[in-house]
Amino acid sequence: MELLSQISFNLQNGFDETVAALTKEAVEKQIPPDEILNNGLIAGMNAVGEKFKNHEVFLPDVLLAARAMNSAMEVLKPLLIKGGIPIKGKVVIGSVKDDLHDIGKNLVAILLKGAGFEVIDLGNDVPAEKFIRIASEENADVIGMSALLTTTMPVMKEVVDMAKTEGLYGRVRIMVGGAPVSKEYALEIGADAYSYDGANAVETVESFFSKDS
Amino acid sequence: MKKLLERLHNGEILVADGAMGTMLFERGLKSGECPEGLNLSRLDILEDIARLYLDAGADIIQTNTFGGSPLKLASYSLEDEAPLINRNAVSAVKKVVAGKAYVSASCGPCGKILKPYGNTDSKVIYESFELQMQAFAESGCDVICIETMMDLGEALLAVRAAKSKAPGIPVMATMTYDATPKGFFTIMGDTIEKAAYALEEAGADAVGSNCGNGIENMIRIAGEYRKHTSLPLIIQSNAGLPLIENGKLVYPETPEFMALKSKELVDAGVSIIGGCCGTTPEHIRAIKKALGSNLSS
Repeated sequence: MELLSQISFNLQNGFDETVAALTKEAVEKQIPPDEILNNGLIAGMNAVGEKFKNHEVFLPDVLLAARAMNSAMEVLKPLLIKGGIPIKGKVVIGSVKDDLHDIGKNLVAILLKGAGFEVIDLGNDVPAEKFIRIASEENADVIGMSALLTTTMPVMKEVVDMAKTEGLYGRVRIMVGGAPVSKEYALEIGADAYSYDGANAVETVESFFSKDS
Repeated sequence: MKKLLERLHNGEILVADGAMGTMLFERGLKSGECPEGLNLSRLDILEDIARLYLDAGADIIQTNTFGGSPLKLASYSLEDEAPLINRNAVSAVKKVVAGKAYVSASCGPCGKILKPYGNTDSKVIYESFELQMQAFAESGCDVICIETMMDLGEALLAVRAAKSKAPGIPVMATMTYDATPKGFFTIMGDTIEKAAYALEEAGADAVGSNCGNGIENMIRIAGEYRKHTSLPLIIQSNAGLPLIENGKLVYPETPEFMALKSKELVDAGVSIIGGCCGTTPEHIRAIKKALGSNLSS
């Protein structure tokens, strides 16, 4: 456990090389890969996410921690796959239209990856049809949509409606967010959830899976 | 028309324009289309918007070049058109205002994150801004407005690029802050104090804030800036965070409300007041009217 705490600590400080080296050490010491992932890496990312939420740290710290996470995942991923340890879930994410501020969506993607989810980032300007097509092709568990302009928000409803006609509704959970979006709006269009920031988006996606189990 | 900086230093209060994005969508910008792409084919739209804000009383009219840096345009494969996109936008506004208002060339973030947090070299970002600034200089705008910056490092690169490629053209630089229990910070963690000093040192002629969380926060932001710089201040607030009313989304801050609060911005030491997301020509008209006694023209 001591080693895993060190991994978490170094990850929170963004020391990517140290995190990768400690992860290798943990593997050599026969610590199960899922334990390294959950109690070392994800624990560290969660701590950073929490501090970010409380404005104790800022985006640079999150980005550096995410990079450390990725360097460790290069070591860990082959072992997780070999060990048949399932990834926690697959999230298709994107901004519904050209939004000049797409940093929020990117942050949600980073934090979800950090929390151990597989994230397919469709980028900006994503039409409703593309969300549905990729979610279907990739057999995704969640669609996450961001909008920053009131004029582009109706695309969110299009996605929900299309999910209904394509039979994805209910099976694929739909989460929405972005400055002009609210809980009321999410309810109104029939989305499964609204999240107000990156850390909350992770909690929301986690809750989808705990409800499922 | 008198030089902009001269007027600001004389203590005049000037009104800038409001939102651009929503106006573009209302006039046919489509999902997935590059907003600045219109600068190649639909100058009529740019002229139309500039005219509305001019008629509303704006002294400063912005160009549709927020995402006009080659790095940003590259996401639409339009980077090779950057010089023309930027020049056309300035020319369109210039034609409409015909010397009755200042043409402010807008420059927003490049969409990349600087090393070491992201993977883009500062040199790449600097050169991208240089190209945009060069186009601004060639087309003869009156002022350059570097805006919605969330990374002070990127804002400084843009200011330096402007000073290098468009010497002689005044530069305004505005950052976007979040209100936290510990005060105002950009998402990258930059404080107002740090931004005020660094932007001034880089050569900015006016500093301030745009977008944000409503005009009341902007009054506090302006007060904080005033403590750390004697440069003219510019504030372009959004009309608050949108709410749902009767199933429709509305920006909560009315023209009347923003106009009232604009007086407090003046009291806080702000020289240029305009709008951002959710503001309309009606907001600008109301602000202009409210500041009537402060304006000397």
